[in-house]
Amino acid sequence: MLKDITLGQYFPGDSFIHRLDPRTKILIIIAYVVMVFLIQNFIGYLALALFLALCVAVSGISPKYLIRGLKPILVFIVFTGIFNLFLTPGEEIWRWGFLKITVEGVRFAAFMVLRLIFLILGTSLLTLTTSPIALTDGMERLLSPFKKVHLPSHEIAMMMTIALRFIPTLLDETDKIMKAQSARGASIDSGGIFSRAKAMVPILIPLFISAFRRADELATAMECRCYRGGEGRTRLYELKFGAVDVLGWIYMAVLLAAVIAINMIFGKF
Amino acid sequence: MDNIAEVRNLVFEYKDEETGASARVLDGVSLDVRRGEFLAVLGRNGSGKSTLAKHLNAILTPTSGKVTVDGFDTSDDSKLFDIRRRVGMVFQNPDNQMVATIVEEDVAFAPENLGVPREEIRRRVDEALEIVGMSAFKRHAPHMLSGGQKQRVAIAGALAMRPELLVMDEPTAMLDPSGRAEVIETVKKLNRENGMSVVLITHYMDEAVRADRVIVLDRGRIALEGTPKEVFPQVEKLTALGLDVPQAAYLIYMLNKHGLGLDASALNDEECAAELLRALESRRKGAGEP
Ligand SMILES: Nc1ncnc2c1ncn2[C@@H]1O[C@H](COP(=O)(O)OP(=O)(O)OP(=O)(O)O)[C@@H](O)[C@H]1O
Ligand SMILES: [Mg+2]
Repeated sequence: MLKDITLGQYFPGDSFIHRLDPRTKILIIIAYVVMVFLIQNFIGYLALALFLALCVAVSGISPKYLIRGLKPILVFIVFTGIFNLFLTPGEEIWRWGFLKITVEGVRFAAFMVLRLIFLILGTSLLTLTTSPIALTDGMERLLSPFKKVHLPSHEIAMMMTIALRFIPTLLDETDKIMKAQSARGASIDSGGIFSRAKAMVPILIPLFISAFRRADELATAMECRCYRGGEGRTRLYELKFGAVDVLGWIYMAVLLAAVIAINMIFGKF
Repeated sequence: MDNIAEVRNLVFEYKDEETGASARVLDGVSLDVRRGEFLAVLGRNGSGKSTLAKHLNAILTPTSGKVTVDGFDTSDDSKLFDIRRRVGMVFQNPDNQMVATIVEEDVAFAPENLGVPREEIRRRVDEALEIVGMSAFKRHAPHMLSGGQKQRVAIAGALAMRPELLVMDEPTAMLDPSGRAEVIETVKKLNRENGMSVVLITHYMDEAVRADRVIVLDRGRIALEGTPKEVFPQVEKLTALGLDVPQAAYLIYMLNKHGLGLDASALNDEECAAELLRALESRRKGAGEP
């Protein structure tokens, strides 16, 4: 179960996408997310799908792997689809008791499901092709203008780095505790929802205690290594925009223009 | 100055916020850490070893008494980073002292904090990884490494500050035998070849035997001090202080109890075997002569 989580996984490589500056990639993903919600007809999604497919092909990430990232939220996607399918008011096309499907419902459900899938695939592609450090560095640099309004950009980035660093450690630990508890006869995989929730308690409590101890030790270790916040810090890798980034921006601008044009030409739905 | 760190009459108390009562953890400790020496600190659980270690880089400051590092008083806040950059710290759990998700970025953490220029960081990171023999792993994720490898990366992380003193608080306690050997060999090599001063806190006597000098803490005081050859033959005293005795020293102690009259300074297997052989030899000679 824990193995399905692809969040924060990174596949090193040397593709065009890998070489983009993380700031470019973050800006592109923001534009991408805006587009996912901006698009008003299926032709627009077709264009977006083409864009994404091209990115995947260039990145060298296996499409199968990318799609596997959808698995953990499959239930959520299906639920969203059904919810919208049956509960959208409008022109009826099918009815059984109190359940009814409307034309609007079908469209809306399809849109919501598409949006979710595009969001997950796009952000997965970002994390698969960008090292966590580069991602948080990019974030820190992009947020640094907001320091003037007291946004703690360095602290946010440091927190993200540490979170990413400890995800594998804590997953391992959860696994160990689960095994230890089931060796003692606890069952987490069976029973009703309440007994399952109750069975989680003996897993979560030791996990929290250990996480606090880890945090305490890590803070001391950071102090020992002269950590004193972002002020006056230098970096082993400085971020630099290159020629590839210009190509990335052009690519994005073209897509953005295409999506807006498609929206205007083909209208809603 | 031939002492990298000097501790004078160090007293440290934890204050209980609610009751106002205080517990004395260190009770008048005085010691010098000489430049280039390998000092082992022993003592049973709760004897104050970690607390002492944390005084050596101003993570804790004395309730009374004085600690100086390279001439800087640890109670002087304005010298905090001058002190910390001179003292590399390595702790027990390798997972809880790594900040970054890539080995070389983790090693770079301290020089980055110190504002070292980029090319210089690169040089220090490569050099530190080379010293601990982890250059081949510089682009790896720390969680994919073995315990011994992680601990060597942690040592590299401390070395990247170019410290004068390396303080290690039970760095091998969570490792398997081969990981322990890796780490101790690395530390020995650093001490011998690079002249690094080392303070090693440990529960393993076979590690302490390899130090130049040994200090035993008990209830916040120094109970024993000397070279391994002076300290370890005192088997009864060590046992009373809640410590193990190196096996070789224990064997010779037991044999001497039965009147064998061996030289008690043998500390490892080879020395012990040589001493036993010598004793056997002289007995045979003694028996051969009528
Ligand atoms: N934060 C704290 N607050 C109160 N008491 C503490 C605190 N940290 C340590 N102590 C107490 O100080 C004493 C010495 O602790 P210290 O960690 O220095 O021992 P140690 O020799 O390192 O032991 P070990 O071998 O278990 O690591 C112990 O009695 C401990 O309970
Ligand atoms: Mg300790």
